[in-house]
Amino acid sequence: MLRRKTIMRTALALTTGAILFAPGQLLSMEAEDAPETVTIDSLASLYEPVEFNHLMHVDYASCAECHHHTTGVKVADPNCIRCHANTPEGDDVTCVGCHEADRFGKKYLAELDNPVLYHIDKPGLKGAYHLNCIGCHQIIDGPTGCTDCHAMTEAGEKRFNTGEYAPKGGAVSESHH
Amino acid sequence: MKKLNRRSFIKGGLATTAAAMVVKEKTSAASGDFDNYPEGMGVIVDLTRCVGCRSCEAACNKEQDLPEPAVPFDDFSVFDHMHHGEKRRTDETAYTVVNRYDTPEIDHPLFRKIQCNHCNEPACLTSCFVNAYTKTPEGAVIYNAKVCVGCRTCMVACPFYIPTFKYSSAFTPRIMKCIFCYDTRLKNGQPPACVEACPQEALTFGRRKDVLKIGKQRIRETPGKYVDHIYGEHEVGGTAWMYLSSVPFDKVGFDTHVPKEPIINSVKEFLAMVPMVLTIWPGLFVGFHLLATRKDKVKEMEKEAELKKAKENDEKEEQV
Repeated sequence: MLRRKTIMRTALALTTGAILFAPGQLLSMEAEDAPETVTIDSLASLYEPVEFNHLMHVDYASCAECHHHTTGVKVADPNCIRCHANTPEGDDVTCVGCHEADRFGKKYLAELDNPVLYHIDKPGLKGAYHLNCIGCHQIIDGPTGCTDCHAMTEAGEKRFNTGEYAPKGGAVSESHH
Repeated sequence: MKKLNRRSFIKGGLATTAAAMVVKEKTSAASGDFDNYPEGMGVIVDLTRCVGCRSCEAACNKEQDLPEPAVPFDDFSVFDHMHHGEKRRTDETAYTVVNRYDTPEIDHPLFRKIQCNHCNEPACLTSCFVNAYTKTPEGAVIYNAKVCVGCRTCMVACPFYIPTFKYSSAFTPRIMKCIFCYDTRLKNGQPPACVEACPQEALTFGRRKDVLKIGKQRIRETPGKYVDHIYGEHEVGGTAWMYLSSVPFDKVGFDTHVPKEPIINSVKEFLAMVPMVLTIWPGLFVGFHLLATRKDKVKEMEKEAELKKAKENDEKEEQV
């Protein structure tokens, strides 16, 4: 286990080195700066928090694939380049820095009144997590089931009528027309 | 038994038509040239995002205090259940259901959530003769069980087969359908429970005009991902709930033959006749009746006059 970790660390260091010496990427954050795990718990209620293995995911995706332009990597998406080719990169690398937990609140509805606002369709925090994670997992055959990433809490079982709260039979059938 | 002759048949028919039209006229006046509620809310459902987790169904069930489901909401075998060759539909226990569609166009299944689409000009509302339905300025089509008589005309009128009847309480009629969480959320500016529950943000909430813009932006900025159509933008005159899809809409259960104008437009001309019929016809037919019976009356008067004359003549002769 330890050996594997050492190997991965070395690989990471090498990758980071390569990125550092690539021209035009001198402002990039280093993957090594990132925490090994991130506990994603700010929205947890129906499901337990997710212990996100950040270190492992570094092997599967570049920083920008999840963090967009917030890690100092130059903007590559032709659509984003239109405005963000030379704008200073975002200085907040966290998801919640841009993606609101209160997705459809009053603030969002007020923002939409701004006629020059381009980002009218920015996902909320929950959407950002799931669209990013599941979107990629579908492509590379990663886990996509709800409880593959986070176990259901008791509140969740109540909501979904499952586990302890599963229907005890004789429930109203769905066959009415 | 009374013989049904031509005259009594026509009489009865006319009376019934007139009565039906009196009732319909009221709703037509309420929603005649209705210019929608510009600030009304809406939701755009993105089929490319839905993963069929049924979180929306579970959230709706709890928010609306609906009966316990037959199987848990994390049981995905429901996608394989067919009722009489049809996929799952909304019923008195479920205001919304998700169905899976396997299409040859793409290598993974698509999921489609159905619920009331909250039409701009709802056919259920138009058809209801006791005005049990209301389109609120917030965009919801809500229902008042207190005045409902259980005729179920709305179920026939709905182009999306959404309102269902609570057969378990037939004596206190109750139509069961999604109300956009109007009472508990929408009127306070909050999104409905299903939208809040969706992990994939397959449901995007906002003013209808704004979510329409969002849908168009997604189509424009991700070429090839979507078919260039938003279902519900124009269908039946526009709906508050609209859909984006990566495959043609008829492949994922949508009725693409619904008219592009409100259902009420197909009966508008007929309804416009109502005032004419109600104001002119009575006078006209009374006139006909008087004309038709005038001759008889004149004859009768002439006869009377003749009789009188004859009598007078007789009297004169007697005197002479």
